[in-house]
Amino acid sequence: MDAIRTEALTKHYTSGFWRPRPYLALDALTLQVGQGEVFGFLGPNGAGKTTTLKLLMQLIYPTSGRAEILGKPVGDVGVKQRIGYLPEQPYFYDYLTAEELLEYFAAIFGYAPAERRARASKLLDEVGIGAERRLQLRKFSKGMLQRVGVAQALINDPEIVFLDEPMSGLDPLGRREIRHLILRLRDRGCTVFFSSHVLGDAEALCSRVAILVNGHLATAGRLSEMLAFQVRGWELVVSGLTEAALQKARALGHVTGAAPLGESRYALELPLTPPPERILAELMAQGARLVSLNPLRDTLEDFFVRHVSGDARARPSTSLGAGGPEPS
Amino acid sequence: MKVVRHIAVNVFKESVRDKVLYNLVVFAVLLISTSYLLGQLTAGQDMKIIKDLGLASISIFGLLIAVFIGIGLVWKEVEKRSIYALLSKPMGRGEFILGKYCGLVLTLLINVGIMTIAYYAVLAYLGWTADPATRTSWPASPTDPAMLEAIALIIVELMLVTAIALFFSTFSSPFLSAMLTPGLWDIGHFNDDLRNLGAVTGSPAAASVARGLYYVLPNFSAFDVKAQVVHGQAVPLSYVGLTSLYGLTYLALVVLGAATIFARRDFK
Ligand SMILES: Nc1ncnc2c1ncn2[C@@H]1O[C@H](COP(=O)(O)OP(=O)(O)O)[C@@H](O)[C@H]1O
Ligand SMILES: [Mg+2]
Repeated sequence: MDAIRTEALTKHYTSGFWRPRPYLALDALTLQVGQGEVFGFLGPNGAGKTTTLKLLMQLIYPTSGRAEILGKPVGDVGVKQRIGYLPEQPYFYDYLTAEELLEYFAAIFGYAPAERRARASKLLDEVGIGAERRLQLRKFSKGMLQRVGVAQALINDPEIVFLDEPMSGLDPLGRREIRHLILRLRDRGCTVFFSSHVLGDAEALCSRVAILVNGHLATAGRLSEMLAFQVRGWELVVSGLTEAALQKARALGHVTGAAPLGESRYALELPLTPPPERILAELMAQGARLVSLNPLRDTLEDFFVRHVSGDARARPSTSLGAGGPEPS
Repeated sequence: MKVVRHIAVNVFKESVRDKVLYNLVVFAVLLISTSYLLGQLTAGQDMKIIKDLGLASISIFGLLIAVFIGIGLVWKEVEKRSIYALLSKPMGRGEFILGKYCGLVLTLLINVGIMTIAYYAVLAYLGWTADPATRTSWPASPTDPAMLEAIALIIVELMLVTAIALFFSTFSSPFLSAMLTPGLWDIGHFNDDLRNLGAVTGSPAAASVARGLYYVLPNFSAFDVKAQVVHGQAVPLSYVGLTSLYGLTYLALVVLGAATIFARRDFK
């Protein structure tokens, strides 16, 4: 049984009061997420990620299509007992302290008072909320609310957690902590479904991703197998490179581009073949020294830019399948 | 159903931490105590006025609490998006609405309870300090338990107002609800006039519309037995029972309506 399954899940918002026009926020999303996966749901702002998560939490109803969690239609109270959800830019009751909020939610899950306190305190430790936990939430910063939001999503030891932009509003240290937390959840066997507009988050964590652009599923699968994100060359930075050696490598087609960085340093663009080790050895034989070597590949941003061309929502939907986008 | 209790307790917690509520209660208790001053000035002659003023205060301040908390209750959760995390917890939307309603009623009961105690304390003190001559002129004892009948009906009435405020709150802004709820309260109090309207205009169409409205709109004036109680006239318990039954049935339907509307809503 899949952890999450959607079939042609579609959501129209109507905009405009006098002349309501349907606005396609999510177009026929079909997706399966297996149990135990860490699944990255990626896309630029406005792609429809939050819309999808809200549909899965039944905070909004689909225009058409279906969604299931753990084999039951969304909204099933028994399933809700087994999942957790972090809303985007979470907001909680001003008048409660962080501790009280978690205990309140734990009570809703049916835990006894002692258990509520134990869970609240353990989770607040885990997300790094210290003595502030006795403060009313109105005094919390955005990043602290985000941490409380993550804690409340885990109050019932969920089998699946849905995290909407879990890294947003956090400083680099906080982002790293959340990454570690997600990995710990994975090690416990928890399915993690999280949305993000940052590829790096997904690369470090995910077994699989789906990329959503303008409400359409652009591609889904393993990041490493996605054509768009495969290495298409190398960037080599060397120092002490002579003009003559550079000309020779260019002539051989071993260097496809070169940008001088000053003081006889160059940033060179190498093709995929021959292997960069060989080219590097050739250049070093002529006196060059290695500064850095990095793979060249599309970033998620490049991917988005290629897909966000024109008003894609006005066009009929085009499914790109899992094979990746067409070359541009 | 435990979920309902937890939500209700949280509503109560919110209202307790909301300073506005304290102000209201303090103000109400002050007003009730003012009748004590009034009693001093008139040497206890106007026991009826004092009783009437006290009951009216309980009713008006209860109304203010019901409307002010009721109209923002659900709207605030939706507007500030705190509802997102809450509704993802194991509960149905109906339980959410019921929990909110029960919490509000709990808040109301406690407040009316405090006001009632203050009311009886003032009356008891007045009765105790009055000279025997004035005492004989009173139609009923100052701490006449019959006044509890009036207060019971006030409570049922306030529960109904609360349900109506909650109903509006599930789909409209507090501003709109703030107009609609007391509006309905006003109409509800002049409900008897509606029934007569048909007779006055002489048009059968107008008569049936007015008649329809008479039955559909809540008949708030039925809950008002202040005058009888203050004048020491007996209000039969059966009247209190039947009117409460009417109020409870009505409010159950309103809460059900609120839950039905809320169940299909998108939270954007
Ligand atoms: N309540 C709403 N009414 C109308 N349009 C909306 C509403 N919520 C979201 N949208 C639109 O739907 C699209 C998808 O939004 P969203 O799911 O929030 O994107 P993401 O989370 O990927 O940034 C956006 O273009 C957004 O403007
Ligand atoms: Mg979003």
